[in-house]
Amino acid sequence: MTDEPKRVLDDDASQRVLDDDARMRRFVDRFMQAVPHLQALGIGYVRSGPNWAELTMPYAAHLVAYPETGTIASGAIFSLMDSAAGFSVFTTMGRFEPHATLDLRCDYLRPAKPGQAVFGRAECYKMTRKVAFVRGIAHDGDPDHPVAHVTGTFMLTGAS
Amino acid sequence: MSALPPYALMLGIRVGEDAVLVMPFSPHLIGSPGRLHGGAVAGLLELAANLAVRDALAEKSVVLKPVTVTVDYLREGAMVDTFARAHINRLGRRVANVRVEAWQTDAGKPIAAAQLNIILER
Repeated sequence: MTDEPKRVLDDDASQRVLDDDARMRRFVDRFMQAVPHLQALGIGYVRSGPNWAELTMPYAAHLVAYPETGTIASGAIFSLMDSAAGFSVFTTMGRFEPHATLDLRCDYLRPAKPGQAVFGRAECYKMTRKVAFVRGIAHDGDPDHPVAHVTGTFMLTGAS
Repeated sequence: MSALPPYALMLGIRVGEDAVLVMPFSPHLIGSPGRLHGGAVAGLLELAANLAVRDALAEKSVVLKPVTVTVDYLREGAMVDTFARAHINRLGRRVANVRVEAWQTDAGKPIAAAQLNIILER
């Protein structure tokens, strides 16, 4: 994962960064509220950088796949990671240009802890004219102990 | 067929004829305008794989844990019903390897295909 963008230390500049963050959050929240399936899963924006994005999915009863344990469905984590990866393509391009998932592989490392929100962080590590390459992890509180690891590619459908 | 979990019910999935899973179109499945969210299609594919393995196992106490899931998106998911059917490539003692296809109006034109390894905990 790429480090977060370096922040300038003087007060005015950091204030400006915060304002940018807040503006970005408002903008992305509105964008995401227009995506019905993200609403259905409760997926929300956390933060993003030049080539990465982090989204979150709060624990909810309707995400459960194993009622005996309360463990959420791996399919819901797949949705979270597809969305985070797609967002990392947006932040890398700097605009909301259409793209489509070509393929996505998700390795489920362990079950997410029942009751815990899951965070999905993905980065676009290479962009060509037509294809964006992404990778990322999902975790439930500790990024050093992820629940899933993903790699994938997106086709930039707006490219000629 | 086994009972569907809450996540499957949230997606609106039901078991159709001939072991085909059906995800009727519903507005809450939409991703970008006019298209199904890829994650919803992946959810359908994973469920179809899980149910096929569950049904193929004699011992119902086995716990299924999908460990790798790879989804290829072949066509746009339109705002119509989606179907999925799984094919078990190998059912071993410890692992099942499954291929699943999802289609909409034409079974010969899949919109997505998935390959899964599912760990079987006995």
